[in-house]
Amino acid sequence: MAQTVSKERKIIVTVIAWSIGIALFFPIFWTILTSFKTEAEAIASPPSLFFFDWTTENYAEVQSRSNYFGHFMNSVVISLGSTLLGLLIAIPAAWAMAFSPTPRTKDVLMWMLSTKMLPPVGVLVPMYLIFRSVGLLDTRIGLVLVLTLINLPIIVWMLYTYFKEIPGEILEASRMDGASLMKEIIYVLTPMAVPGIASTLLLNIILAWNEAFWTLNLTASKAAPLTAFIASYSSPEGLFYAKLSAASTMAIAPILILGWFSQKQLVRGLTFGAVK
Amino acid sequence: MATLHTRAAARLMMAPSVLLLLAWMIIPLSLTIYFSFLRYNLLMPGMEEWAGFTNYSFFLTDPAFFQALFNTLAIVVGVLCITVFGGIALALLLDQPMYGQGIVRILVIAPFLIMPTVAALVWKNMFMNPVNGLFAWVAKAVGLQPYDFLSNSPLLSIIVIVAWQWLPFATLILLTALQSLDEDQKEAAQMDGASAWSRFIYITLPHLSRAITVVILIQTIFLLSVFAEILVTTNGGPGTQSTNITYLVYAQALLQFDVGGASAGGIVAVILANIVAFFLIRMIGKNLEA
Repeated sequence: MAQTVSKERKIIVTVIAWSIGIALFFPIFWTILTSFKTEAEAIASPPSLFFFDWTTENYAEVQSRSNYFGHFMNSVVISLGSTLLGLLIAIPAAWAMAFSPTPRTKDVLMWMLSTKMLPPVGVLVPMYLIFRSVGLLDTRIGLVLVLTLINLPIIVWMLYTYFKEIPGEILEASRMDGASLMKEIIYVLTPMAVPGIASTLLLNIILAWNEAFWTLNLTASKAAPLTAFIASYSSPEGLFYAKLSAASTMAIAPILILGWFSQKQLVRGLTFGAVK
Repeated sequence: MATLHTRAAARLMMAPSVLLLLAWMIIPLSLTIYFSFLRYNLLMPGMEEWAGFTNYSFFLTDPAFFQALFNTLAIVVGVLCITVFGGIALALLLDQPMYGQGIVRILVIAPFLIMPTVAALVWKNMFMNPVNGLFAWVAKAVGLQPYDFLSNSPLLSIIVIVAWQWLPFATLILLTALQSLDEDQKEAAQMDGASAWSRFIYITLPHLSRAITVVILIQTIFLLSVFAEILVTTNGGPGTQSTNITYLVYAQALLQFDVGGASAGGIVAVILANIVAFFLIRMIGKNLEA
């Protein structure tokens, strides 16, 4: 008994939705397009849409001027490192809460969530001083540690909601068969938990890649990931639109692709499992 | 016996997460509180001394603080209004049958995946710049004076940039919630002669209330701490016109090296976040219970 929709209505909806979609996407499209222009063309008036001399020199220029690849690798190491470390710490916790819940489990989860409400600026000063005195300022390892901590509540929550969906009867059956806890984890639950862990991994890489408070405040140059590197374009010299666009395009492309693949998990992770 | 064993194991498995988060909450925060009572400037090492509430009275009577408090709330409220109403409208639109729905969804989601420094710099330079920006070109093309957005309306410009980043988030979550709405209920109401508007008010909106609550809660947490967008566009200026509390504390700490004053500001920010969270959870807590 599906509602029949008139063709005209469908076309009108399509036109409106596409217009809004294109408008919202336009700044990104424009950035990608500008990255293939020369600097002169990038500020030409009227702006050229497709008919210009396409060039990839900006990409080479960005790399040769500033070791772009080094910053890119910093982003990769920091986001991947903090995510893996976070998973290592969070998987056992989420596991225990999902399969051996106590009356206090919900409180622990809520408390973990509440740590996210602590504004980062409330701990900026001591973190900066601690990092300075132990030599962690402007190091990858320092940022891995901080990003692990700030994303840990999200990782635990997200894993918890996934683990919750694994039927407990399977656990009981394997226990009856005399499987030890270790065996239970390795042979029974891991295969069922992998999809949830993978989604958590994806979402957390996105969050860590784009994190722009601690990365800006705790790095200078050596360990600066792309968020901080791009920020250096805020006080540029000379013509720089095309170079800014090239640097930006490379910084956002990996995450755009990851994000498009994980839309569903995005919702679930960002709402702490409240909306699925 | 088995349960005792598992319970102990469960505790052990939770310990690292709980202890780390506990340490993360307690150690730096107590240090911030401690520093906030000291006269402590990094440019004058070895001169630290007890200062009582001096840092607080300086911070709280600074005109920049009131401006920053206002700006913080303006960013939260402004962005929430745009993203919640815009998000509901967009989600309703995207839930309709259309051609190429998947692609439109991807286009709409994209801004949320852009890192804040890129988003802010692209808007600042390629769109809002009064000489070379696209908006300036459009203005000239229709015979208007180009407008210098970030100098003349810095706060509003930042709100627009941040809202552009968060509108996809609200839309995505509300759309996901819409898609779990039972179609039969809407059809039944339609057969009973309910208008589109009353179907929206009495069926769709109540169904969305939980998702709207979640959107407001999560966005507020992030919006209270907007930082990168301000840093790369206006540096909080002109003057303090676009400084929020996060940026004010940053400037005090890492630009003026005033550890004591910045710590007092940090504690004020924590208290403010708690007040907001308290009211927010009281107001919308009922929605989250279910």
